[in-house]
Amino acid sequence: MWRVAFAELRKLRRPTLFLGTMGAVVFFSALFSSLLFLLIDSPQGNSDRGRVVGRAVLGLATGGVQGFSSVGGFLGIIALCVFAAQTAQEYTYGTLRNLLVRQPGRLRILLGKFVAMKLFALVMIFLAAIVSIGASVILAPGAKVSTDLWFGPDGRQAILTTFVNVIISVIGFGTIGMVLGLLLRSPISAISIGVLWLLIVENLLIAVKNSLQDWLPGAQLSAIASGGTPRGSAQSIEYSHALLVGGIYVAVAVTIASFLFVRRDVAN
Amino acid sequence: MYGERAALSHATFEVPLGTVCGFVGPNGSGKTTTMRMLLGLITPSGGTGEILGHSIKHPEKYLPRVGAMIEGPAFYPALSGRENLNYLATLGGFSTDHTQGLLEQVGLGDRAKSKYKTYSLGMKQRLGIAAALLPNPQLLMLDEPTNGLDPEGIQEVRDLLRTLANNGTSVFVSSHLLSELEIISDYLVMLRKGEVVFTGKINDLLHAQQPIIIAKGQNESDLDTLLSIARSAGHHATIRDGALHVEGPKEWAAILNKAAFDAGITLLQLTPQLPNLEETFFEMTGEK
Repeated sequence: MWRVAFAELRKLRRPTLFLGTMGAVVFFSALFSSLLFLLIDSPQGNSDRGRVVGRAVLGLATGGVQGFSSVGGFLGIIALCVFAAQTAQEYTYGTLRNLLVRQPGRLRILLGKFVAMKLFALVMIFLAAIVSIGASVILAPGAKVSTDLWFGPDGRQAILTTFVNVIISVIGFGTIGMVLGLLLRSPISAISIGVLWLLIVENLLIAVKNSLQDWLPGAQLSAIASGGTPRGSAQSIEYSHALLVGGIYVAVAVTIASFLFVRRDVAN
Repeated sequence: MYGERAALSHATFEVPLGTVCGFVGPNGSGKTTTMRMLLGLITPSGGTGEILGHSIKHPEKYLPRVGAMIEGPAFYPALSGRENLNYLATLGGFSTDHTQGLLEQVGLGDRAKSKYKTYSLGMKQRLGIAAALLPNPQLLMLDEPTNGLDPEGIQEVRDLLRTLANNGTSVFVSSHLLSELEIISDYLVMLRKGEVVFTGKINDLLHAQQPIIIAKGQNESDLDTLLSIARSAGHHATIRDGALHVEGPKEWAAILNKAAFDAGITLLQLTPQLPNLEETFFEMTGEK
């Protein structure tokens, strides 16, 4: 498994992919966090979908990670795309047969690729945390937001908790991307179906019937990133509920995809 | 099985160690399916097989000693040739120190840092062969290794396979270039519609064939007379490429020569020869 992971890292570290993805992470992390402070007095709201996050909330111990937790869902979408593309392209390039000849243990291949992509996602999350918290620290004084509590014991706890939540969420999104890549065997199909579902279909379904947000996979994973409150929702999803339902979705998807990957013939 | 259709059945053959074994058959005869099965890429619905003493049900036991290129080369386009080889070396647990040497061995040393997507078809093919050589294999399985190569490249691959076999590597190679296989192969497995129609030494196959006598008269109009002479003597004869092809023992060439002389025909060519692999292949597979 580790040999597969190390080999996969050779692919993931290539400049176009690595720098391109990290550039997007830096840009959007900075943007999400900056808007919180730059638009703090805007009547249109300063967070996603017109949500208002005021000075009082930003001044709390959790204020420093407001931007980071907001960008968590977006990091999830990036992870979904990267995981889906890296998995499905083995089919489109025809390279899967090379992999299986050199490493016939199919589950090892799957696990190794997953480990490598998880490491890639961790770098992405770590970078997003630094950029978004850094941007918050720089912009807070100008927005007259107190940062006194941000790095105290509660603040450090909030940073750690948010970091872990974002990791769980992003890995969840990434895993769904990997499953879509395995099932659809085409990067374009896997990414477009995944992104369409998460960004459009789920939101439409929730708009039609609000209670559905408790049961849709994307909503659960977003809720995990934000510690229990999904972005832009009218009502909150409990963290434990999101963890349970999201976990079930991911576990079922992984089981089905792994079974198919192990059993399916590699015919082309 | 592909649905109700058996892609391969009654395919019993052995490949001796340390030989170059050609694997031939018309399109759709099951060559690639066989190779996929032997490499553990697809699971046969029945039957047994062994490679290097291990059942094909456990490819993990023999694949570390097997190099393969099947269905053409396939690599990551955004990585260079060397990065692609390093990727596979890391995956297989082989040292990456030898990748440059392998690239030089297949003539890609100076293009090692170029991205795979910039390679020509011949260069891609060479990289595929280099990847197959990564494990320093005991068995090398190559599917159409000379596709896209220029005559010089074909010659190089031929020499490489011969050298590997001389050094003890067993080479199992499929190709539609039967003349190439005839030159390099010691052994042959011939498939037709998923069934083995011949397995054995290539010389045994060719020597078992009815020799052909090729005759050409001074004038083109002589061919019809020569044809009737051959047929009246009970031999199967055809006119192809401006010459008479007669199936029969090489001794009959002397009789044909005398009969032609008696008919007032001066022969420009009279050559008794064994059919080549291509002719034998067409004869045995019923392909044109």
